[in-house]
Amino acid sequence: MNYKQKVGCNIENLKGVRDFIRGALKKHGVADLQVSELVLALDEMCSNLMIHSHRCNPEELFEIHIILKKGGPIIFEIIDDGSTFDINQFAEPDLGNLVHEKRKGGLGIRLVKSIMDKIEYQNRNGKNVCRLTKNISYK
Amino acid sequence: MIHIKRLQEDGVDIIALIGEIDASSSIELDLAIAKSVGEGFRKILVDCHSLEYISSAGLGVFLSYIEEFKDQNVSMVLFGMNDKVANTFEILGLNNLLKIAKDKAQAKRMVNEL
Repeated sequence: MNYKQKVGCNIENLKGVRDFIRGALKKHGVADLQVSELVLALDEMCSNLMIHSHRCNPEELFEIHIILKKGGPIIFEIIDDGSTFDINQFAEPDLGNLVHEKRKGGLGIRLVKSIMDKIEYQNRNGKNVCRLTKNISYK
Repeated sequence: MIHIKRLQEDGVDIIALIGEIDASSSIELDLAIAKSVGEGFRKILVDCHSLEYISSAGLGVFLSYIEEFKDQNVSMVLFGMNDKVANTFEILGLNNLLKIAKDKAQAKRMVNEL
């Protein structure tokens, strides 16, 4: 089963993103705590994209796909034609430094890396695809 | 959407968070904490009973105050988190950097001890 949603780059739309992810995963019996972690990871990816790649321009859209195959992992794809920011290339400062420098960034990327099993970037038909894989079982 | 209420009990400022904190609303949390400190409170409790969701934007606000609070002798204790919100703090071990209590009674004891 696949689910798709188009999202405009306004951080006010993050709630809609969370509702979309939560709704789809709940239909497939994913456990509550795992749903909440996956919702969080997608919120972080989408807010980064909206803020850093699209400067919160609500006219610019990207797509989220959720791909659920029986017994397989859950795959999320964020499909976008803006600039790519590969979070695998981002060196996270340690938490102590974050506290010391009063930095408010960098935490979201850490959360996504902790929650997801695989983060890949691809170019497909001229669009950037960020593919996030979570290995869990569901109905 | 986050709604923030403040009330004072025995010289302790209690900031209650109602709703969800994400990139669009974390500024409200930042302003509420700054206001409390600006008004001279040195003991701050953050009531998370009605906090339904927090993303890194909100976590970052709490982290950003840690050093300042040490320098100014301000103590802040968070309490009443539901399991999902508590888990969000635990994923990165932020529960070890912040003071977190189960309930208000424990939070009051902790904020007075420090």
